[in-house]
Amino acid sequence: MDSRRILVTGLSTYWGGRLAQALEAFPEVEAVVGVDNEEPQVELERTEYVKVGAQHALLRRVVEAAEIDTVVDTRLVVDSSTTSPSKAHENNVIGTMNILAACSGASSPVRKVVLKSSTHYYGCEQDDPSFFDETMERPQLPRAPIERDIVEAEESLKEFADKNPETTVTILRFANVLGPSVRSAHIDLLGLPAVPMILGFDPRYQFAHEDDVVHALEHAVQQSVPGVFNVAGDGVLALSEVAGLLGKPYAPLLPPFGTGIAASALRRVGVRIPPEALNQLRYGRGVDNRRYKATGFRYQYTSRETVLKLGEHLRLHPVVRGAQEPYRYEREVEEFLRWSPHVKNARDERASPLSRDQLAELRRLLASFAETTGLADGDGDGGGAGAPEAATRTEERLDAAEELAGAAEERAAAAERAAEKAIQRAKKAEQRAAEAALKATERAKKAERRVGAAAEEAAQRAVAEVGERAVASVPPRRAGSPVAHYDDLAAEEVIALLASLEREDLQTLREYERQHANRARVLSAIDSVLARRETAV
Amino acid sequence: MAEPTRTPLSTRERNESEAALVPAESLKAHLPGVEPERRLNDWGRSERIEGIFDRTVVDFFYRYWFRVEVEGIENVPASGGALLVSNHSGALPPDAATIAKAIKEEHPHPRPLNITVEHFFKGYPGFSMLIPKIGCVAAHPANVHRLLFDEEQLVLVFPEGRKGTEKLYKDRYRLRRFGRGGFVQAAMRARAPIVPVCVVGAEEAAPIFAQVGMLKRLTGLLYFPITPTFPHFGLLGMLGYLPAKFKIRFLEPIRFDEEGLDEDKALVQTVAHDVRASIQENLWDMLAKRKSVWFG
Repeated sequence: MDSRRILVTGLSTYWGGRLAQALEAFPEVEAVVGVDNEEPQVELERTEYVKVGAQHALLRRVVEAAEIDTVVDTRLVVDSSTTSPSKAHENNVIGTMNILAACSGASSPVRKVVLKSSTHYYGCEQDDPSFFDETMERPQLPRAPIERDIVEAEESLKEFADKNPETTVTILRFANVLGPSVRSAHIDLLGLPAVPMILGFDPRYQFAHEDDVVHALEHAVQQSVPGVFNVAGDGVLALSEVAGLLGKPYAPLLPPFGTGIAASALRRVGVRIPPEALNQLRYGRGVDNRRYKATGFRYQYTSRETVLKLGEHLRLHPVVRGAQEPYRYEREVEEFLRWSPHVKNARDERASPLSRDQLAELRRLLASFAETTGLADGDGDGGGAGAPEAATRTEERLDAAEELAGAAEERAAAAERAAEKAIQRAKKAEQRAAEAALKATERAKKAERRVGAAAEEAAQRAVAEVGERAVASVPPRRAGSPVAHYDDLAAEEVIALLASLEREDLQTLREYERQHANRARVLSAIDSVLARRETAV
Repeated sequence: MAEPTRTPLSTRERNESEAALVPAESLKAHLPGVEPERRLNDWGRSERIEGIFDRTVVDFFYRYWFRVEVEGIENVPASGGALLVSNHSGALPPDAATIAKAIKEEHPHPRPLNITVEHFFKGYPGFSMLIPKIGCVAAHPANVHRLLFDEEQLVLVFPEGRKGTEKLYKDRYRLRRFGRGGFVQAAMRARAPIVPVCVVGAEEAAPIFAQVGMLKRLTGLLYFPITPTFPHFGLLGMLGYLPAKFKIRFLEPIRFDEEGLDEDKALVQTVAHDVRASIQENLWDMLAKRKSVWFG
């Protein structure tokens, strides 16, 4: 995999978020940077979010500063029911142009561009082939505005590919996507009590599962696959077949003539059929998905299985609706989770505010400080001698904090247990009990949060105090590691300690790290802490 | 019913460098597998609906009404792709269904036949729903290629297309122009043999006395014929065939084993002309031997 530093555009879109989450899991990926005008909708562990739209001057600075080698553009609007035509045009055509402008040029570090496009590129017409392959152009000019935009966006990318022959350019054209978490006009239509159809037509449909879409994008990032590829599950279904798989009747509500008028009448009742879907409901579309398979990609779901999965979701949806709290991006929380020394790992953090390892680490740190102070003031002049005592005192306090944390944790666990019981009861008493359970969980969460805050405060106070004492009593240290046993620490452990160190120490540490272990993660973490300090001053 | 004459999309914009990356042969391995739970195939063909038609209407016409006689069924290959090319006639042409039935009934290895039809049917309500279910495919060069090369199936084309079914009774058995030879190109590209087919009887079974241009425009149909039963018996009158005796003759296959023959436009035209000539000659021969239109 030659993509190590990846920029995901459209981080706030469903696909941008999913892809960033998936890329985070690859250890060989050094950096994931996401840009968007709006805040991300999913939890991200190490993706850095930069609030910037498609302004090419700004994007260029981001690209060059972060030495981005791969750009994945997930931003394209392929469903006109999600936004207004003018916004879609702005986003699809102008936005793509700007992003490409930010990636082009001799000095650009970008070596790969991946665009998430759609099979709406082909449109749906009477004289279409039954299976479009990637080499086919549209037989007729695009009809719906969204199709026009997609064609234009792809054209600007092809132009970019011609001008930048060293850059690998991949265009993935996805068929209609179905899945439990994605939203689209077609899912809304299939979610109706009966599947609407045009009288006398039974169009052919091909679907891609949302997981397959993310995997396909990952595949394009991991492998070098230049060119255009259709991505759609195996098998082309007739719409009547789709209705059968969903267990719904089909309703040939739309008249074959004057379909557009009927559709606009339906819009008043709340059934939105975008213009590109209207043509698809009439003529349908199938695509040849073999070329992407030939590059080594494997689908998890066929079209049929995708529909079956959607059917399961649609049946379950009214039952579980609202049980999950939607994610909200809070910059401060994200910053805390990323940079606070108390967060060792986002996953551990959720289990306990201050993990055992972290406590041990803190203790080790305190001991090392005590040792240094002891050494430096070997002659003993009062102030120095107080430091070890202080350290032990704080240690004691820390122990107390730990105990407190433990107790609170138990309380939280008990609350959780209660919640679980409540949930079990809820199963019997359904709606009312479910609400009670939710409340209980919330209370449990609150308790947990309170414990976390308390423990954290105590720890912070302890560290600050020790730090102050130590710094006050210790003259400028010898040029070595500012932290004793430094070389024994793992990268995560070092990063966890960073925020507690002074600026000078950080600089020394950075120098030391660079000369010795030279771990990129540690260096970048130190830099970011330093940068943060500077901006704070 | 038609021949794929439109400028082949697939060849027009083919990007050489990209196409070279993935050889066509290796793509064959990536054809989607068959899902046994499904009732339809990827083309929209439904064995159930096809079977209903086959057991009722088609069977009746094939056995008792047209009393079809078949010659040279061994010329239809038992495996691999093959392109059947036939003469064409009749308001609602009975020839396609009888050829398909003949292969099902007489061939030692019965195989499904894919019948290519005009794009018109995909856009006409009702037809659009029914036509693919009974094994008809739009006459697009890419469709013919996929069926012949990738799926190795039998495909039936009528190179005369609409010109064949529009022709009046007085012009019976006089073959129209064979398009631009698109069908030969398709066979050459897929390296599939062409099997010429001659059908006698269809012209008399559904004679067309006149075409009414104004009613055609009004109904949006392909054409508006006047037959013995249409339009005065309504749409079902389209099925009001006269009981002419049907004879079908499959001719020796023409094989193309070399690659890249389809680039040679002159060769394509020559082969198209030869196929047309051999069908026409055999039609004259069959007509000369026929003693009665109704009894053969």
